[in-house]
Amino acid sequence: MTTDAREEIRGIGHSVKRIEDARFVQGRGNYVEDVVLPNMLHMAILRSPYAHATIKSIDTARATASPGVVVVVTGEILAAHNLAWMPTLSGDTQAVLATDKVRFQGQEVACVIAETIAQAHDALELVDVDYEPLQAVTSPQQAMSAGAPIIRDEKEGQTDNACYHWESGDAAATEQAFAAADKVVSLDTYYPRCHPAPLECCGCVADVNPADGKCRIYMTSQAPHAHRTLFAIVAGLPEHKIQIISPDIGGGFGNKVPIYPGYVVATAASLLIGRPVKWIDDRTGNLISTGFARDYHMHGELALQGDQITGLRVKMLSDNGAFFADAQPSKFKAGLFHIVTGSYDIPTAHVVTDGAYTNKAPGGVAYRCSFRVTEASYLIERLVQNAAYELGVDPVDFRKANFIKPEQFPYTSATGFEYDSGDYEAAMDLCLEKMDYTGMRADQLTARADGRLLGVGIASFTEVVGAGKGKDYDIAGLRMFDSAELRLHPTGKAILKLGTKSQGQGHETTYGQIIASQLGIQPEDVLVEEGDTDTTPYGLGTYASRSTPTSGAAAVIIARKLRDKARLIAAHLLECAPDDLEWDQDRFHVKGATDRVKTIQECIFAAYSDLPDGMEPGLEGVHYYDPPNMTFPFGTYGVVVEIDRGTGEWKVQKMVAVDDCGVRINPMIVEGQITGGLTEGYAIAAMELIDFDEDGNCIGSNFMDYLIPTAWETPVFDLGETVTPSPHHPIGAKGVGESATVGSPAAYVNAVIDALQHAGVTNIDMPVTSSKVWEALNEVGLAL
Amino acid sequence: MSTQAPPAARPVNVTINGQARSASVEPRALLVHYIRESLGLTGTHIGCDTTSCGACTVLVDGVPMKSCTMFAVQVEGKEITTVEGLKGAAGLHPVQEGFHEEHGLQCGFCTPGMMLSSKALLEDNPDPTEEEIRWALSGQICRCTGYTNIVKAVQYAAKKIREGSAA
Repeated sequence: MTTDAREEIRGIGHSVKRIEDARFVQGRGNYVEDVVLPNMLHMAILRSPYAHATIKSIDTARATASPGVVVVVTGEILAAHNLAWMPTLSGDTQAVLATDKVRFQGQEVACVIAETIAQAHDALELVDVDYEPLQAVTSPQQAMSAGAPIIRDEKEGQTDNACYHWESGDAAATEQAFAAADKVVSLDTYYPRCHPAPLECCGCVADVNPADGKCRIYMTSQAPHAHRTLFAIVAGLPEHKIQIISPDIGGGFGNKVPIYPGYVVATAASLLIGRPVKWIDDRTGNLISTGFARDYHMHGELALQGDQITGLRVKMLSDNGAFFADAQPSKFKAGLFHIVTGSYDIPTAHVVTDGAYTNKAPGGVAYRCSFRVTEASYLIERLVQNAAYELGVDPVDFRKANFIKPEQFPYTSATGFEYDSGDYEAAMDLCLEKMDYTGMRADQLTARADGRLLGVGIASFTEVVGAGKGKDYDIAGLRMFDSAELRLHPTGKAILKLGTKSQGQGHETTYGQIIASQLGIQPEDVLVEEGDTDTTPYGLGTYASRSTPTSGAAAVIIARKLRDKARLIAAHLLECAPDDLEWDQDRFHVKGATDRVKTIQECIFAAYSDLPDGMEPGLEGVHYYDPPNMTFPFGTYGVVVEIDRGTGEWKVQKMVAVDDCGVRINPMIVEGQITGGLTEGYAIAAMELIDFDEDGNCIGSNFMDYLIPTAWETPVFDLGETVTPSPHHPIGAKGVGESATVGSPAAYVNAVIDALQHAGVTNIDMPVTSSKVWEALNEVGLAL
Repeated sequence: MSTQAPPAARPVNVTINGQARSASVEPRALLVHYIRESLGLTGTHIGCDTTSCGACTVLVDGVPMKSCTMFAVQVEGKEITTVEGLKGAAGLHPVQEGFHEEHGLQCGFCTPGMMLSSKALLEDNPDPTEEEIRWALSGQICRCTGYTNIVKAVQYAAKKIREGSAA
């Protein structure tokens, strides 16, 4: 080949249209609910109507006699197989089906397995459960008070409702900073319980073949390999005979990380009956029993000397519901909440977190967030704004005075993180410019003089994503590395298999582009496979923005290893020394002789047809990547709102989001991730709420009560970027899926508070509903 | 104690994506189950059970309907369009092309319903404003995209259809 026009390789930096779209726009996706197997049975779950009640008896006789019913599974039946309880991802236990008592409304009590789903639902009505209601505990404060009913009375040694205690930072040094402070600013705020609510509910089809014992489970799983190992441990099944297939996933956002009772019962039932069993949760089941998010009661204090933050003290009480079923690294009881020092150079910090059991659904998970980073980011960004008001300075100036400076990286935070890189002021300046911050401040004063309320809110967040390193971060003991296996086939096409699992993030395109950038094979010629534990290499899955930082890095490295081998083959073909060759996008040429060329396709074919003597044939390999550190994406978000003084309604006039996630592989997909995250951030700030009444009845148990914004309510976003590559990631990428959900809630709320702070309003907890704003307007005399 | 068996299944005849089809279902069967299970067209999804999310939206005689909120027996003799019927002999429908070109989908679960509502909108109003598009899709939830690119996808399709009919 010589100097013909070469096709551009669509690698890093190209907005390649998504490869996976073809099947989705034609209705040819394959979600778990689409899986239909011969002779398949259907399962429906009977859930507790009470938040806290003793189960006196369960009578399944009428249900069992109902047409089409094969079996009614109760906790008693599971107990005979030692499956009535299962471990959670946080080292606690959770009831699979209740035996002694129910501990939250919606808890799984029995499962009906029938020939059709309609028959299963018919029979649910015929299961007679005799409950004796107990007092419900619906807040962590109530749970931790003397005399509260003990929720986890079945746990040996459990004499109260405390579920964990965890501290981070240096208590003594922080006390000193506060003693020496000339001002202390504090904030009490509640980050309410919300729910990831992916549009596809959780479900599975469990298919245990009685002939050979092979247990194939199609499952809505963000972490199929980890789930397979836990299934092996919990059910005692041989791991090599368990195959978890996570097909197309209709959104996850953390909700599909935990293992739920439905998966376990369906699998146990298939094993006992010898037929496939399908369980697809309904929306109410999803909202009232599966991984919720947040529910953190937070108290934060900043010690100030002049305009400098000298200390941060945080006390936090989390509501974990009836079972501590957080999905997070095992050494970190409050996840990565200790990133709460945020983007600021705070010399001392001390974080105390306590968790409580309550009669609410178990959890939680990190809804589009890396292990509780959102709560931390929200607290610090709300605190710094209030501190600026107390000091009488602009919140922007106060942030700039306290930012970690670019030359301080790598920066070790007071709670022990080593931030890899950052340039916070650059991202902030771009945001301020795009939103016309100065102009907006002037408009605000003019508007106020006219009796209108404008608010300008900023959040300058820093995330910590991409877990591990494996030495420090593990899920249920499994180190948080990830993997990529690359096979280059003789005609130059590739199959890439990974330990992660897309739920809409566009992995089939992004990973293909990574290979394109390293080997010059177009992304369309790379088939990306994930989610099948029989065929993909082991990895910990997709959550916490970790796919690009971990499997993405593994893909780069294995591609480079295969390119190194291809170099040896090219040298053989060109009869030169390997060191005499130069790599150029998709080919090797002899240095100084660009007409002596072997393309990657020629090298690959030769790997199967014309090898140097003694070389191992083929061009395939696998790499397991244990990241040396986390990555630290950051950004500044700016929001302008106007509040209606008559109704308390607030509307977003402007929303600018500047993100720095390091190198962007597919800018279109990155912006898509950010836009989606900004919308979920808005949803959390404005409307999403899982609430409970005093009896523990869940309010927010369906999409009529759990409000999610549509295209009509969702604001318009203006995006910007800066690029500070991660110094330790092989292509400088940091992960981006969650930045916007982490950073934006504080920006929206800060804007609302900013509109009211001149009248003395310092806090309104999320969701910032019109009625709460209207109450605040009335309290400070601004209501019309 | 209720021992009454559910009423017997009865045949429901429809024209779906241009094809005459018939299947017997119980009178209580929902349209979405008839489409997914009896007719085997799984592109129509179920997201909420309460007519809130719109993932199950199909066209019944050209009108977007949430198929989780209709009984199958109600569509006897009617024309149904599902996502599987969008692509024609000339290739992808402009709304399918628009969703791909403008990155209007991520997980793909809401996409079929979104596209069918968009198709109905554009047949009614070939040159909608952004506000009209947002209103037309306001019965539907997307958790992934944040809607910006869905709006762009509909605008792309509108332009393409207008150019096509002008040509």
